[in-house]
Amino acid sequence: MDYSIKIGGEAGQGIQTIGDTLTKVFSRAGYYVFTHQDYESRIRGGHNFFQIRFSDKPVMASRKKIDILVALDKDSILLHEKELSENSFIIYDSSKLKQRYEDPRFLDIPFVSMAIEYGGGKIMSNTVATGTVLGMLGMKLDILHEIVKDTFKRKGEDIIKANINSAVAGHNFAVKSCMKCSFDIISSQQQSKILINGIEAIGLGSIASGCKFYSAYPMTPSTGIMNYIAGKGKEYGIIVEQAEDEIAAINMALGASFAGVRAMTGTSGGGFALMVEGLSLSGMTETPIVIALGQRPGPATGFPTRTEQAELQFAVYTAHGEFPRIIFAPGTPEQVFYLTSKAFDMAEKYQVPAIILFDQYLADSEWTFDSFNLKKLVYNDYRLRGENFRNLKEYRRHEFTPSGISPLGVPGDSQHLVVTDSDEHDEEGHIVEDADTRIKMVQKRLLKKLPLIREDIEPPFLFGDAKPEIVLTGWGSTYGIMKEAVDALSGNKSIAMLHFSEVFPFPSIKKFDYLNLLDNAKLTVCIENNATGQFARLMRAETGYEFKNKINKYDGRPFLFEELISQINNKI
Amino acid sequence: MPALEDYKGQTPAWCPGCGNFGILKAFKDAVVEFGIEPHQLTIVSGIGQAGKIPHYLRCNTFNGLHGRTLPVATGIRLANHEMLVVAVAGDGDCYGEGGNHLIHAIRRNINIKLFVHDNQIYGLTKGQASPTSMEGMVTKNQPFGAFSEQLNPIALAVALDCSFVARSFSGDTEHLKGIIKEAIRHKGFSIVDILQPCVTFNKINTYEWYKQRVYHIESEYEPENRIEAFKKAMEWGDRIPIGIIYRNQRAILEERIPIIKDSPLVKHAIDISMVEETLKEFY
Ligand SMILES: Cc1ncc(C[n+]2csc(CCOP(=O)(O)OP(=O)(O)O)c2C)c(N)n1
Ligand SMILES: [Mg+2]
Repeated sequence: MDYSIKIGGEAGQGIQTIGDTLTKVFSRAGYYVFTHQDYESRIRGGHNFFQIRFSDKPVMASRKKIDILVALDKDSILLHEKELSENSFIIYDSSKLKQRYEDPRFLDIPFVSMAIEYGGGKIMSNTVATGTVLGMLGMKLDILHEIVKDTFKRKGEDIIKANINSAVAGHNFAVKSCMKCSFDIISSQQQSKILINGIEAIGLGSIASGCKFYSAYPMTPSTGIMNYIAGKGKEYGIIVEQAEDEIAAINMALGASFAGVRAMTGTSGGGFALMVEGLSLSGMTETPIVIALGQRPGPATGFPTRTEQAELQFAVYTAHGEFPRIIFAPGTPEQVFYLTSKAFDMAEKYQVPAIILFDQYLADSEWTFDSFNLKKLVYNDYRLRGENFRNLKEYRRHEFTPSGISPLGVPGDSQHLVVTDSDEHDEEGHIVEDADTRIKMVQKRLLKKLPLIREDIEPPFLFGDAKPEIVLTGWGSTYGIMKEAVDALSGNKSIAMLHFSEVFPFPSIKKFDYLNLLDNAKLTVCIENNATGQFARLMRAETGYEFKNKINKYDGRPFLFEELISQINNKI
Repeated sequence: MPALEDYKGQTPAWCPGCGNFGILKAFKDAVVEFGIEPHQLTIVSGIGQAGKIPHYLRCNTFNGLHGRTLPVATGIRLANHEMLVVAVAGDGDCYGEGGNHLIHAIRRNINIKLFVHDNQIYGLTKGQASPTSMEGMVTKNQPFGAFSEQLNPIALAVALDCSFVARSFSGDTEHLKGIIKEAIRHKGFSIVDILQPCVTFNKINTYEWYKQRVYHIESEYEPENRIEAFKKAMEWGDRIPIGIIYRNQRAILEERIPIIKDSPLVKHAIDISMVEETLKEFY
């Protein structure tokens, strides 16, 4: 069982509401769900869609083939009709689209008039549509009832009733009129699942890491992090400050971190460009900071609401001077969650900036998981505070130590002073000019810490054949699609995926000799959502390994299953 | 009680006779008289001759980037509002590179004390016009004289309803010390624009030039009156007023954030086990 539903229409028509509700129903019913969204940078109009795939087995990418298309406008039909198969259906309301279609796969369903009749107003037509889809699938409405009750708790009984009646009306209509809908739904015996997208996972991961301060300037696709954390601010005691610009955002976070709390900022490429001097400041002052960097297609403003993996090089190489940095590129919301925790931990442990590199696709895609293992979260307070700091005999913020890591004192907790400087400085943190101190500081800050940081970096994840002839390699948000491709092709091929989620410092081969694996393969392909193959280039620079085959997509959209499979087949 | 000795830092690398010396002395005197221990104070400074002041003192210090003192200071104050946070910047730093931050720090009304060493020139980079350079000032970079109108930081601050606005002069350290103390005592964002001769690069606004013009604001002047404050703010030229120009009692940002009502953020305990409950929201 593996079905895909697409809801298409103009912004503001309620695509999100229908999509969110259906998704929640499926995940609560215990199905595995994957959703992805495609929207334009506008509040009203244009063409947008919400695609849901659900199954009794784990799913982690979208299919091109659609089983049910909910068309809220004519464009949805025009643009997506070709994605249907013979057994697929389009549901629409001819009174709304001002058009009737003769094709038997088109089901004209009077969403609006039913909404008026059973729900007391046009506004309920999305609920009718939701009920209709569930009716076509032969699913019961009990979970939808719960969701409606939760959602409209505050709005009162009448609204709840109107919604439920509307859903029932749509459901009955589908059951009665849609005799051909023979969707084969395996009733799920499973527990309801965690349903989470990448953005929520960053938010959840940061509050689970003891983040106390978040400052940012809104920019898609990172704004949701600020929304999520602000929503939890009261409960968790987190200050969220909307800064006047990204320069202020990163400098505020650095100030908060200097003062003794875990701090984070988030942005996209354009905003990150403004933060770059601050990144370097974090490096020089050894002030821990976590930066969530959400990629979208550039250059400049590019496609504000779409996806690309073209900021890897930017994240790795930007900022003046030489200093260590950590970059993670998680591939699933679950990885996002744990790697956010690891980013906070390592940033503080080594007193360096840590970047969580994601993209719009990962940000907005919803995944289901059976559970998250909270025991895997790490929380160590590496700061020197309270009694421990007070009772210290001597203190120098940038003291030379064997590891290069100096004590990170909380100013005010002790008579000892905490001094740091963006100029080159001595052990105390005061400005200096001499060559000797400079050399020692570079050794401390960079050369000593770097190998230690690298030790903590996990090697790439291998999925599939342990001795593969074909290796698909990628990083970040292509995890799901690559894994599905391996699943689909492994029937008659020796194939595996090599996925990098901890990309910088580049993982060593000590724990897993992935270079050997690549060398022994007959065909290796680097798959990236960018035009030039930034990861392949980084890999070559760091390891000398060169990918001869690449698959690159740079239309601002994520890879789709059928498309990737055919591109891989072309290489084989 | 702290003594002057406690605040003794590196030997300043400023030019002999630099106006910054007067500021350094006045500042030290003010904090010592106030009884503030070095560890109870954090200075955030930028880059410029002014930005070096915390190295010539002893206190918690974040000497950050050119233009970015206020955001760092804001982050520190929000994380620990029991800390006295002082931001020090040059006129180029604060009114040029960091102009946007000034506007928004005033709007937030976060309880930071901003001292601007206003020498009407870029000192560290050797003499270019700054936002407060007088129109027509000829420099290597402005051979036809500065074209842009001189910024009036006092009027700007009054226009933004800044909580505390004052001007002083580094050649009058007694006055300056008093104003620094008033600024620290005031609850709210405080800006003190300190006229500071640059003996090397600003040959127009010299000690003599300032001394002939500055006057102490009359004792009957009421800084609570915003319209009068505007009038005062507009005075520049033959007579330049020094003293408290404007003051109001707007609520400060730190007191409006319920999360830190009872204790500073940095003192909050962290309990990551709470996440177990939050995770349930995703089912
Ligand atoms: C981003 C950035 N741009 C430029 C500089 C170079 N720079 C350092 S200080 C300064 C101006 C100094 O003038 P001011 O802030 O008035 O300080 P002063 O030296 O006069 O005290 C400039 C342009 C820098 N350090 N960083
Ligand atoms: Mg200056």
